[in-house]
Amino acid sequence: MPLDDLTIRIGGEAGMGLESSGAGFARALVRGGLHVFALPDYHSRIRGGHNFFSIRIARQPLYSHLETVHLLLALDAETVRRHVDALVAGGAVVYDEQEPLPDDLRRPDVSFFPIPLSALAAEHGGAEITRNTLIFGIAAGLIGFDPAWLEEIVRDNFARKGPEVVDANLRVVAAGVAAARPFQADFPFRMPAQPGAPPRLLLNGNQAFAMGALAGGCRFVSGYPMTPGSPVLEWMAAHAAEYGVVTAQVEDEIAALCAAIGAAQAGARAMAPTSGGGFSLMVEALGLAGMTETPVVIYEAQRPGPSTGLATRTEQGDLLFVLHASQGEFPRLILAPGTIEQSFAAGWRAFNLAERYQTPVIVLSDHFLANSLRDVEPAALDFAAVTIDRGKLLSEAELDSLEGGYLRHVFTDDGISPRAIPGHPKAVFAVTSDEHDEAGHITEDAQMRRRMVEKRAHKLQTALADMHPPSRYGDPQAPLTFIGWGSTYGPLRQAVDLLNARGTQAQMLHFSDLWPIPAAEVAEMLEGAGRTVAVENNPSGQFADLLRQVTGHRVAGRILKYDGRPLSPEFILDNLKPETVSGQWRRI
Amino acid sequence: MSNVSDFASPVRPTWCTGCGNYGIWNAVKQALARLDLAPHQVMLVSGIGCGSKLPDYTHANGSLTLHGRTLPVAFGVRLANHGLKVICTHGDGDAYAEGLGHMLHAARRNIGLVDIVQDNRIYGLTKGQYSPTSDQGKVSKTSPWGALERPVNPLALALAAGATFVARSWSGDVPHLADLIVRAVQHRGYALIDVLQPCVTFNRASSYDFYRPRVYKLQEEPAYDASDRVAAMQRALEWGERIPIGIFYQTEDLPAYEEGVPALKAGPLVHQPLAPLSQAQVEKLLAENI
Repeated sequence: MPLDDLTIRIGGEAGMGLESSGAGFARALVRGGLHVFALPDYHSRIRGGHNFFSIRIARQPLYSHLETVHLLLALDAETVRRHVDALVAGGAVVYDEQEPLPDDLRRPDVSFFPIPLSALAAEHGGAEITRNTLIFGIAAGLIGFDPAWLEEIVRDNFARKGPEVVDANLRVVAAGVAAARPFQADFPFRMPAQPGAPPRLLLNGNQAFAMGALAGGCRFVSGYPMTPGSPVLEWMAAHAAEYGVVTAQVEDEIAALCAAIGAAQAGARAMAPTSGGGFSLMVEALGLAGMTETPVVIYEAQRPGPSTGLATRTEQGDLLFVLHASQGEFPRLILAPGTIEQSFAAGWRAFNLAERYQTPVIVLSDHFLANSLRDVEPAALDFAAVTIDRGKLLSEAELDSLEGGYLRHVFTDDGISPRAIPGHPKAVFAVTSDEHDEAGHITEDAQMRRRMVEKRAHKLQTALADMHPPSRYGDPQAPLTFIGWGSTYGPLRQAVDLLNARGTQAQMLHFSDLWPIPAAEVAEMLEGAGRTVAVENNPSGQFADLLRQVTGHRVAGRILKYDGRPLSPEFILDNLKPETVSGQWRRI
Repeated sequence: MSNVSDFASPVRPTWCTGCGNYGIWNAVKQALARLDLAPHQVMLVSGIGCGSKLPDYTHANGSLTLHGRTLPVAFGVRLANHGLKVICTHGDGDAYAEGLGHMLHAARRNIGLVDIVQDNRIYGLTKGQYSPTSDQGKVSKTSPWGALERPVNPLALALAAGATFVARSWSGDVPHLADLIVRAVQHRGYALIDVLQPCVTFNRASSYDFYRPRVYKLQEEPAYDASDRVAAMQRALEWGERIPIGIFYQTEDLPAYEEGVPALKAGPLVHQPLAPLSQAQVEKLLAENI
């Protein structure tokens, strides 16, 4: 029977290449006209352990994964052990018939398809690694997906390894399809390709953000490798020569942000991507950017802390940290995109905001958003909307006509001083981490200190005009309103759909601009929102606390997940019980 | 032609009378004038400490940063605009304690900047704690029993890290120091100048009278070959009754870091046009993800 929504999961040991081959299969599905949401789950190790990769496939656009699985592709018995309970009734497990499966792993309502995976890979591909291609050939065969799309991906992905590798993998695809044939009758779910669909993109949050940043004029990126932020540095490095971006891997995150600040002071649009641990090292430099009114962007892809925490997993635990990090007070802007589209927009908006308000902008992502793949139409990356607005940056002509010296921190009505970049004879540039006067010279004068504190703080008020209000999904009259931010957009949206389909009216308010918050406007939205339930991927409900601080609104309940795994629609619904909504876990 | 007076700032130094920083400050300004550089063509980057206030007292582009982080900020400045002469001035605590790691990486990268370390072998601004270059046994507020550590040897470290210009001067010989700064600015890549400097308030042991009879100039020895890294290492290890100053080591056979950065082939980054992506570029980027 054709199904409009099914999930395939492949599992095995780290080092088996699941993620790259899974991403290849997801791309084949998208080229075949289907919609996907794909999610890697891996350990912080290069070999061994248990990794899996889930691909939800549908005929309509997807925003989230689901926990249920229809087809489990098991490269080892451990995969069956861990995931057999996730299968729907009628689902199936493909496993290697040469590795006996213990009876206690079997379920009567699930089919088990023994296929000699390693032997077929060796026979047709000549190498065990081609098992990854084989198993997706099997998957294509079982769901009735035209393997031509998979063959096209094989040609694209293996072309640089030479025609022999391409041919071996093509033979393996065919072998996989053939091996699936005897079992097809016992697998009830079909997801045939939808040929003729317009081309769609498949990408994750890191890639979308990096592309947005590049489009927005980011020309300097300095970083130090740390999961899950460093793929942004890698993406920029891969595009550096072609697009004129300076990228530098430096000795630590302290140097990373300091270098970005130096580049920004010199006039480049500069960014330092990292994760929470790296951001911890950047904190002193964050204050330097605030004090010197330097426009700089920090991309912080969160993972569970404290300390090393769960290196390859997800959490939204750094919100209040990045909001308050540094001694003293200064304005900072925080964006938290929730989707591919918003990640792209955050990429270019961050640089405009940084230069308009001459202060650091932090883009908060997390491992879930950074790594989950979703297909979008090309127009979803709205390049046409991209602007490069450098704020009060003095033009060459304005600099030429400057008289009487340049004051980097001159007092203005909105707190923002016209910015020169070093190199013009009429605008010698001086900044210091010390408190300073308008010229950028060190001062300890009490009156000047007070005025400079107020000048900097004023910028945050000015910036309110640029902050997007939360987006709403669902019926504005619905009596139940989920409140989310950042990566929870997809699971929340799916939960709203599921609830509405079941007759429970729900909506969501999703915040992608987190600081500053237009308090009056948001308070009014919350006022009419009925029963509000904050849904966050952290143990305390940090955003709910922040909302209460800013607007006075107390959410009626909190659904919190902090096991290092992303929120799922099922988790949200399972925890939407009266006793949870009224909340005992923590102050409500 | 530029003059020393072009670099005069309205801000008066707060250094003690007799402080070695005056000599270093004068040498910096003299060198800039001799190089015929104008204030807007230079970026002075410093950290935190008495000596790090030098940019505040000098009319030139300046960025006073964080303690220990002078070099990474300067690295970013240089990569964003390698048309600027980037000159760092910071003390021994800044350079060799909090910032020591950064120095080794700057040296091995050979990033094109001048690193002037105002080495008074004591913490002055925080009033008298021992520093990384203080002698073992140095009695100070935080080492009343005498410092247990042996001092770092910045020149030997820089040589080991692959620095391409390693020099030492002292604040009591302004012409010598100014000459080294001129050569360092002209050098291709990273140039370290460790400047021995008295602290008349908190380190009376390292006084003008201590240094004057001990320092000798390497470049006055006809046989000294500054292209010989091993010889340079030997001299870097010399300390005591005789203290060598001058250029220990220099090579211009290696490219500066910025010469290898693909994006900088088209000139200084900040002078390259900043425009939205072309339609062709957008289509290419989108095609990568189909």
